[in-house]
Amino acid sequence: MSQPFRTEKGGRIDRGQQLTFTFDGEEMQGHKGDTLASALLANGVHLVGRSFKYHRPRGIVTAGSEEPNALVGVYRKGDQTPNLRATQVEVYQGLEAISQNRFPSLGFDVGAVNDLLSPLFPAGFYYKTFMWPKAFWDRVYEPVIRAAAGLGKPPKNPDHDTYGNIYAHCDVLVAGSGPAGLAAAVAAAETGAKVILCDEQAEFGGSLLSDENATIDGKPPAEWVRDTIVKLQGMDNVTLLSRTTAFGYFAHNYIALAERVTEHVSDPDPKLPRERLWQVRAKEVVIASGAIERPMVFPENDRPGILLADAGRTYLNRYGVKVGNKVLIATACDTAWQAAFDLADHGVDVVAIADLRETPPENLVAIAQARGIRVEAGCVVTGTLGRKRVKAALLGRLMTSGQVASAGQVACDAILMSGGWTPTVSLYSQSRGKVVWDETVGAYVPGKSVQHERSAGAAKGLYGLQATLEDGYAAGEAAAKAAIGKEAKVTYAAASGGEAGQGAVLGALPHDRNASRVKAFVDYQNDVTAKDIKLAAREGMQSIEHIKRYTTTGMATDQGRLSNMNALSIASGALEKPIVDVGLTTFRLPYTPTTFGLFAGVARGDHFDPVRKTPSHDWVVANGGVYEDVGQWKRTWYFPKSGEDMHAAVARECATVRESVGLFDASTLGKIEVVGPDAAEFLERMYTNPWKKLAPGRCRYGLMLNDAGFIVDDGVIGRLADDRFHVTTTTGGAPSVFATMEDYLQTEWPDLDVWITSTTEQYAVAAVQGPKAREVIAPFIEGIDLSADPFPHMSVKEGTFCGVPCRLFRISFTGELGFEINVPRRHGKMTWETLAGEIEKHNGTAYGTETMHVLRAEKGYIIVGQDTDGTVTPQDAGMSWAIGKKKHDFVGKRGLERPDLVAENRKQFVGLLTKDPKVKLEEGAQITVAQNPATGTPAEGHVTSSYYSPAMGRTIALAIVKNGHALHGKSLYVPMPDGSIEVEVTSPIFFDKEGARLNV
Amino acid sequence: MLLIYCPYCEVERPETEFHNGGEAHIARPADPSKTSDEEWAEFLYMRSNVKGIAVERWRHIHGCGRFFNVVRDTVSDKILKVYKVDDPMPDLEALAKEAGR
Amino acid sequence: MKRYSFLELAKNAFSAHQNWGRQWRAPEPKAEYDVVIIGAGGHGLATAYYLAKEHGVRNVAVLEKGWLGGGNTGRNTTIVRSNYLWEESAALYNHAIDLWDGLSQELNYNVMYSARGVMMLAHTVHDVQVAQRHIHANRLAGVQNEWLTPEQAKEYCPPLNISKDIRYPVMGAALQRVGGTARHDAVAWGYARGADDMGVDIIQNCLVTGIKRGADGAVEGVETAKGFIKTKKVGVVAAGNTTNVMDMAGVRMPLESYPLQALVSEPVKPAFPCVVMSNTIHAYISQSDKGELVIGAGTDQFISYSQTGGIHITNHTIDAICELFPHFRRMRMLRNWGGIVDVTPDRSPILSKTPVSGLYVNCGWGTGGFKATPGSGHVFAHTIAKDEPHSINAPFTIDRFKTGRLIDEAAAAAVAH
Repeated sequence: MSQPFRTEKGGRIDRGQQLTFTFDGEEMQGHKGDTLASALLANGVHLVGRSFKYHRPRGIVTAGSEEPNALVGVYRKGDQTPNLRATQVEVYQGLEAISQNRFPSLGFDVGAVNDLLSPLFPAGFYYKTFMWPKAFWDRVYEPVIRAAAGLGKPPKNPDHDTYGNIYAHCDVLVAGSGPAGLAAAVAAAETGAKVILCDEQAEFGGSLLSDENATIDGKPPAEWVRDTIVKLQGMDNVTLLSRTTAFGYFAHNYIALAERVTEHVSDPDPKLPRERLWQVRAKEVVIASGAIERPMVFPENDRPGILLADAGRTYLNRYGVKVGNKVLIATACDTAWQAAFDLADHGVDVVAIADLRETPPENLVAIAQARGIRVEAGCVVTGTLGRKRVKAALLGRLMTSGQVASAGQVACDAILMSGGWTPTVSLYSQSRGKVVWDETVGAYVPGKSVQHERSAGAAKGLYGLQATLEDGYAAGEAAAKAAIGKEAKVTYAAASGGEAGQGAVLGALPHDRNASRVKAFVDYQNDVTAKDIKLAAREGMQSIEHIKRYTTTGMATDQGRLSNMNALSIASGALEKPIVDVGLTTFRLPYTPTTFGLFAGVARGDHFDPVRKTPSHDWVVANGGVYEDVGQWKRTWYFPKSGEDMHAAVARECATVRESVGLFDASTLGKIEVVGPDAAEFLERMYTNPWKKLAPGRCRYGLMLNDAGFIVDDGVIGRLADDRFHVTTTTGGAPSVFATMEDYLQTEWPDLDVWITSTTEQYAVAAVQGPKAREVIAPFIEGIDLSADPFPHMSVKEGTFCGVPCRLFRISFTGELGFEINVPRRHGKMTWETLAGEIEKHNGTAYGTETMHVLRAEKGYIIVGQDTDGTVTPQDAGMSWAIGKKKHDFVGKRGLERPDLVAENRKQFVGLLTKDPKVKLEEGAQITVAQNPATGTPAEGHVTSSYYSPAMGRTIALAIVKNGHALHGKSLYVPMPDGSIEVEVTSPIFFDKEGARLNV
Repeated sequence: MLLIYCPYCEVERPETEFHNGGEAHIARPADPSKTSDEEWAEFLYMRSNVKGIAVERWRHIHGCGRFFNVVRDTVSDKILKVYKVDDPMPDLEALAKEAGR
Repeated sequence: MKRYSFLELAKNAFSAHQNWGRQWRAPEPKAEYDVVIIGAGGHGLATAYYLAKEHGVRNVAVLEKGWLGGGNTGRNTTIVRSNYLWEESAALYNHAIDLWDGLSQELNYNVMYSARGVMMLAHTVHDVQVAQRHIHANRLAGVQNEWLTPEQAKEYCPPLNISKDIRYPVMGAALQRVGGTARHDAVAWGYARGADDMGVDIIQNCLVTGIKRGADGAVEGVETAKGFIKTKKVGVVAAGNTTNVMDMAGVRMPLESYPLQALVSEPVKPAFPCVVMSNTIHAYISQSDKGELVIGAGTDQFISYSQTGGIHITNHTIDAICELFPHFRRMRMLRNWGGIVDVTPDRSPILSKTPVSGLYVNCGWGTGGFKATPGSGHVFAHTIAKDEPHSINAPFTIDRFKTGRLIDEAAAAAVAH
């Protein structure tokens, strides 16, 4: 029969919808509403994975996101996603799941040899060995260790799914929809507050969905959940998010939620994202994350078939699945008894209830006896048998001496265990609250709130249905009041049944076995045993952080949610310190593992970072230009004609500019409008140069330093009027120059009457450079006399270009006659295309950044950031002329006077010519005095720029060299891997030293 | 992601609208030429780097563009007070007490 | 000290590992030490180790406010490399590389230094220029570093996306083959065990509350949670908390402490062979021996001691990882955390004497201190023992901020054009 462990009726699965799925290739059936775990269990499959270190066979332990063992890979669209929890994977038609960390198969795994060798592999063994021979670490040992480690296989192909992102605000965010969460949501929503309720599971209701015994307002809990959700759905102020995990709690009540949108559907709508990130700014948060049950640490507590008691109950009541036919209950807590009763009521043979406690509650004993269940009080499990599925348990009786006496063996095919409950304080901890130890609860519970949050119900160690509901309502009311100052009259639902369970145990249980030989697991996935923790303590690891890192307990994919408390308790015993003195490891985000794609969202390809395009963009694309990325800008690098490589294109572009004319898109340069009565004074302070005497209509090259004295930016500044300057900056420096100006203006010199505005985006700039530049632009310019006398080099005037207002600069970064036409951005395309058409007539060319670089290098003009690197002063750069000598102060002036900035031997800006004119130096190459310097010889400097110069008919280079200004004419060397290159130090100005070509 | 109140726009906005401007109340010496190398280094580089109640500058770069000052607990990242650049520095001890530090 | 070896491990297996001794003691502080180190992170412990081993100074206490190795040592992404630009930096980090090689054997503790190669990507013409400059400078300085084309980079790191269609295509990479990773906790523990064995007292949970100076200004001792400890030499190695410790001695520092986040994925089978860094789009990634992808993020923009950071920083980092390695998009983040990094104005550390006699400081490692641990400890021990810097750390003074003789690693990567 298919699904032999499925109950005949009951559960919340849709028995009318049978779904087929595969696990390791084997076809099985489940129902809609099943998780992979419940469907596997229905088919009698417990063995689902192998542990990390010893490769021990492992089964499903929990029914929730804390599952440590049942991690599977799921195939979808030809690729697999590793490490998904079978307890969270929802079954859909055609689901393909595979087990992990085994070879060649789950049933027969050669890695299991580690289990036999485990005496050699105690905690931290790898720190003590694999050191000899030395070379073997990365060549032999590490590759072997790496291959054995890891769990699932990583995806092989690029992920083509999409991920969404939503920013949301709410008054009250409720995380968790168990009794406390639902009550809190209702109470908050009734006040009119904007509420978001999220739950990691597919269905709202949490523990209420697996409780068949209690009632709320006279209804079965699941029915009350349904009615409550219907009510909330009807309220406009409520957003309900299922399959949504609150995984991160950040500063200032910023909460991140991960919503799984399509993963549970076999054939999702392609328009929907796979997952969606919600970034929620909540005024108040109610943490209703509940509690999870603790495993008991007894020898061989890891065999498939051994589950948490509440998980067994959940599989039964919620999914209609029996975890076995002969079930042993091992517990220290009342709540497991209810699992026993529920199982017995479904006809499962409950072979015994072994309760650690000497005298379990009489009423429970009476109910058990009424059902004919054997009760063993003061009894622990001391071991189990069965490799791939538990088949028997060894029982032991606790003696008053503290010893354990064997109490025989009991056959079973499943064990349900409960060591009590641990409140889930992860989100609270993430909010930076400090948990406090509560002796009565026997757990850490949330302490003082440091952000606007409150925990409710089991999340703060409060158990029992009625109490939890009441606490939830109260939390919801308080949160809404704090958020919006309103109260509402809420009728609290009344529950009967679902009483709080008493009793708990922490740490390793006593047994009568050889303690040094048996394995009692604390952290299942990472194979950490009680022995390992004791060893760590013995070796001097005193902090729980050391114990965690040394043994890896709590470092598995459940991040210690199952293991932490037991580990702490064992450490506490081994260190002979109270639990509170052992410390606690920090809970960090994410609450459960969260997909990278979710964080990345839409940021891929062009959405990774904004693309900034200039007005010439379309024309450049149409004309085959090649782009380079400069910050966010796409700038044209060069314009190859058919058959040209970069070198040929650049050589042609350079020659054309010098011979006739070239067109360059300079729109990316930063532009700042500086306006006001004190505008000149302000620039006087910001730049090294003097500005007060610059006449309106004229331009000057400006050099900007930081207050340390180093060059940070440069650009031409035009004075349009007494009180108005048009400042240009480098492309990359635009934002920082503007920010720096604002900083000084607002915080140092608020007395200056100046306004500054970034106009980078307001103007498109076309540079026309070359002997024929004037002829090219003349037909389109009106209102400006372009002839040299009224409009000399370094001038600016306002006029029109094709009838459009323009600021026309006569400036040059090429050494040729040049104009830069600034037009409003919306006219940039027209301007560019008009000029591009015109230069054709003059045999001109469009040129890109590479040609611009070559042409300026021929003239010895620096590029800030290439020829300078933040360590260069104006003197170093040979630009003392740019410093206003009479100025009392400017940004950087005091910095320049510091000892090292006036020292001898500073590196200075020079030109370099290789002995062989054909040899082009590599940019970044180092410069030495010696032809064949010994390794470790300090460099004299380095090559900052290097090109083939068509104008010079040879290669040229720029460099900064120690004492370079004094070395003109001297030989130095550039040592390269295949030999040293001899160079002559020269002036950095190679072409038209007198500047005759500028002044035409 | 901090939530910051801009005292000029009079709105709370997420941190990504703002740029942190470092420690507040570090004035550039009125006459740099009169400072020693030591004093200049102090102005340029030495910072209080407070662990606790710190005063820092923020600029609302994607809003009004104005600089303003923020008193923040650098351990909890809680903002205790926001004030305009020309307002005097508030009583930090009183603020700390109020915040329960 | 019982030496560790496979044989010893096997022998102990027969006694069920009941006989392993402590790796380090938990002593109470003595009244007086020759040297007190404040901060039991990797650098502090290495300093103590080399003081004892190289200089015979064994009457040393390392005071730690929390647990040893619990600061940035236990929180970083464990990248080791030395291909820095300036000769001063390269010498310092290369000194560390020399010590990394063989450190497991020296300490008799497997620190798992794995020279799997560190590849730094270039995405723009400017990046290429900067990378080339580094390579040329490194070659002259004797530091291994080489240029790879995008295709060669892909061959070295097959998961790398070198498509021209991404926002910032890979234009090449600088590869340092001797770079790699090491196991961070083991480094702290190995030094702790080694130092302890030579008599160094490592005193955990011992907050320093004051530094006492005499009438002549010189250091006389430290006030601690466990009482006053007399000493004439104090080495401050307190990373993010340095400013506060130095305040106790009245020394102002050019430091700011920022949150730096890192994260790991769930463990998977081997998927990533080396370390890849991209300074331009802010991504740092490797895979640990356990199988987790280890990813480093950038700093938040403001000073904080919270050891957490904003999600927008994480988002941006994962954007970059997914852009370069698009098949990792389905991987999942297991844990995210933050450290406190102390950053200097020139992004280079300070390893220096101070204006206070007997007070020494080792700080300012910013986001990259782990890689320097052995070298830093080695030269700092020299500085303390001899009361003068080792030639390697001589340039890394506090004074450089006064004179302007910066070692500006940040400036060298300045944005171009």
